[in-house]
Amino acid sequence: MLALVVSHLLVALALPWVAARNTRAAFTVAALPPAAALVWTLGHAGAVLGGQEIVESLAWAPRLGLEITFRLDPLALLMTVLVSGIGVLVLLYCPGYFGPGSADGRRSAPLLLAFAGVMLGLVLADDLLLVYVFWELTTICSFLLVGQSGISREQRRSAMQALVVTIFGGLVMLLGFVVLGEAAGTYRISELVADPPGGGAMAAAAVLILIGAFTKSAQLPFHNWLPAAMVAPTPVSAYLHAASMVKAGVFLVARLTPVFAGVVAWPVLTAVFGLLTMIVAGWRALHEYDLKILLAYGTVSQLGFVMVLVGAGTHTGAVAGTAMLLAHGLFKSALFLVVGIVDHEAGSRDIRELSGLGRRLPWLVVIAVPAAASMAGLPPTLGFLGKEAAFEVFLHGGAGQAAIAAGLVLGSVFTVGYSARLLWGAFANKPGIPATAAHAPGAGLLLPAAVPALAGVVLGVVYPAVDELSAAYAAVFEAGTDPYHLALWHGLNLALLCSLIALAGGLVVHAARTPITRVRGRLVNPLNAQRAYERSMALLERVAVGVTGRVQAGSLPTYLGIILLTVLAVSGTALLTRSTPIEQFRAWDRILQVPLAIAILIAVAGVVRARRRLTAVLLVGVIGYGIGGIFIIDGAPDLALTQFLVETLTLVAFVFVLRRLPVRFTQSDPAPGLRWVKMLIAVGGGVFMAFASMIFSSARQTPSGVSEQYIARAEQGAGATNVVNAIIVDFRAFDTIGEISVLAVAATGVASLILTSRHERRRRRGSLPITERSAADESAAPGNAGAAGPIRPGTGEDPQGRDPRQEEVRE
Amino acid sequence: MSTVNLTMAILLGGLYAGGFYLILQRSLMRILLGIVILGHGANLMLQLAGGPPGRPPMVGDAAPAMMTDPFPQAMALTAVVITFALTTFLLALAYRAWLLLGHDEVRDDLEDRRIRRLERRLAESEEDEEEMETEATQ
Repeated sequence: MLALVVSHLLVALALPWVAARNTRAAFTVAALPPAAALVWTLGHAGAVLGGQEIVESLAWAPRLGLEITFRLDPLALLMTVLVSGIGVLVLLYCPGYFGPGSADGRRSAPLLLAFAGVMLGLVLADDLLLVYVFWELTTICSFLLVGQSGISREQRRSAMQALVVTIFGGLVMLLGFVVLGEAAGTYRISELVADPPGGGAMAAAAVLILIGAFTKSAQLPFHNWLPAAMVAPTPVSAYLHAASMVKAGVFLVARLTPVFAGVVAWPVLTAVFGLLTMIVAGWRALHEYDLKILLAYGTVSQLGFVMVLVGAGTHTGAVAGTAMLLAHGLFKSALFLVVGIVDHEAGSRDIRELSGLGRRLPWLVVIAVPAAASMAGLPPTLGFLGKEAAFEVFLHGGAGQAAIAAGLVLGSVFTVGYSARLLWGAFANKPGIPATAAHAPGAGLLLPAAVPALAGVVLGVVYPAVDELSAAYAAVFEAGTDPYHLALWHGLNLALLCSLIALAGGLVVHAARTPITRVRGRLVNPLNAQRAYERSMALLERVAVGVTGRVQAGSLPTYLGIILLTVLAVSGTALLTRSTPIEQFRAWDRILQVPLAIAILIAVAGVVRARRRLTAVLLVGVIGYGIGGIFIIDGAPDLALTQFLVETLTLVAFVFVLRRLPVRFTQSDPAPGLRWVKMLIAVGGGVFMAFASMIFSSARQTPSGVSEQYIARAEQGAGATNVVNAIIVDFRAFDTIGEISVLAVAATGVASLILTSRHERRRRRGSLPITERSAADESAAPGNAGAAGPIRPGTGEDPQGRDPRQEEVRE
Repeated sequence: MSTVNLTMAILLGGLYAGGFYLILQRSLMRILLGIVILGHGANLMLQLAGGPPGRPPMVGDAAPAMMTDPFPQAMALTAVVITFALTTFLLALAYRAWLLLGHDEVRDDLEDRRIRRLERRLAESEEDEEEMETEATQ
């Protein structure tokens, strides 16, 4: 199974090269991996239905309990047949739809194949975290396939909406997975099903995971991304947004319903949101004029229907859910492909423009009618079997169950209504509209659409095959004494009555479409999911601007001030509340420390007040030498030596640079109040550090053991009498290597900065007249060029001067 | 062990206060000097943390009990050199900034300023809307 998933992705990686040369060949090649997956799965179907499970596991990070596990069980089998089977058909349909040389076709071939691969991984995965990874990968594929070139605003907006909504749901779901996995101690789905964990955390996990499933399967109130995603090319819509990806949410619910058997909220939430979705989206579909949007709302509605069934957690519910899952995948992909052909051949998919197509495209009608019949739930189709079973689920319970059943009947009325509207809108003769001209579609377009449409009828007739599959999945649930079996004829019962009511009601709804549309126009519509999405996105942006505008001032002093204040507030509080005694308090250790300290403090005050750069730099030198003096008093001659050397070098470097800079500091501190604030913060920081140094140093209880060892071993171990030297070049030589690396990196940086500048100055002297910046040039007169030492200018630089930074200078 | 003595604590406080004040300035050169002074303060504190003054840690010159702690000294020595590297690099940056921009000031980020202006404009327009609504209701 791993090999199958990986082969999808590898072929997808190579596909852009093929697609650039020949799109038709690319789609044909792309159809091979899904076809292999389909053949492999069907080859194992007998074993799986016989109760065997095929498991494949790859220990990826066993220490962390992370493994890649795939498992083929009845539900995975069903989904694989849908994903790979419809995948092959859609990929074979694509060349005819896109036409040779189409940019969208070139882009879509590898993306569709990659999607088929990750979707296969998603349905086969037996690990929650693996499910999550594939889940998000399908979202990304969907984003790219909906967005396509991203040229039109509509594409970008729709792709973004699909991405934002489903990623949001995915993250929430991940949270639920973690709660579930931690509660159970395992992320393996098969183990979770075998031994469902209990406890209060399960309810939270249930809600979180359902949010993820609802966003992916476009349930209310997240449903609007799906109709918006219809800007994608029709084969993409048929595959991702009807047959496979949007099924992921329903599939996940079907997978986890046995795990959440003990959670009351699970069936309630799926029933409430599923029913609402089914009815609201069905009602919307009744009024759409764009055939594709009509189908999209139909998909949303049907997904709600399946959600109710698979969430119910009963044996009959599972049977009905799997049957509907399969039925919907078949008839909806067929119908999408049919609408794609209509669009392709007639140049429109607007009901108000199409007329008389039935006579021009008779073969298309032959395909569309059985598919629509399956959608409407007419015998002998698979859709009829599923719907019969669905009514059966809720007809034998209390008032709540009866209410759900009534809701399902209402939803089915709408389903029949929009199925009729679809056929009528696409093919009927409409008075007042001129007959639409259309080319005859080729077999390459018709066949892929015909296969799922016919499969819906064939599987309805040979229902025992589907029944075996459904029963195999439903075996996890308690079957009772007389388990429900799919069949075309159960006798005259309530479920059949429900089907008849739905059919009659739907036809009435379709006949009365004009008055109903007029009524809908008069209804106020306070809740609009699209508007809610747009509002929340606008609010998010507004909050982001508000927070960024306030927090991110863009001023370095502000940031540093805030950091210092935080240090003062947090660490200062800790310092004040923690009473470590100050041990052996004394004013000084050596009297010489006092004059040196006074000299340094005076120098510090001088630096702070200095207006001239040179004064400030020289005073900093005084501070450095003073500290070197303190090191001598403290008994650290090596440190003092280094300090003197480094201080001298620093002074030299400063003086080199200062020659080129103005004599005085740039003064740009406008508000005097601000100066006081800065001063207060600085003094506070100083006082804090003074206290901290005293308290930290008295917190040390014993002399450092490692130092004693260094002293004891210096002569023997390192052959040195100077212990500090021994530490630096021997005991802690790695520290020193790190230090040398820092020096080397800094030196490289300095050299490149200085050399770039010199190079520019030369160019400018040659090409530009005197500008207002010529002060820089004057101070950089020839003879001053010794600053960078013996390195020749222009080495590490492009002699042609293509450095973009130089362009800035010349402007 | 013993604490840092008062004189040195005051000196540390002075060094840090001066350094903090300087890094809060706008001139890149003053910020740089502030960092140098902070570096001095930190190195000194590392050394002082080793304990009160004593004999240099030279084996043979003094008994180990009389010696100062060599370990903080080695640490401070490394820190001194790294401070130097940092200083020269910042210096080169300041110089380059001055060459390119004609000043060595750290100015506010333009993008951030634009976001702040946008924020203010949005807030004002929202206030206007609210006012109009209240006027309309009155």
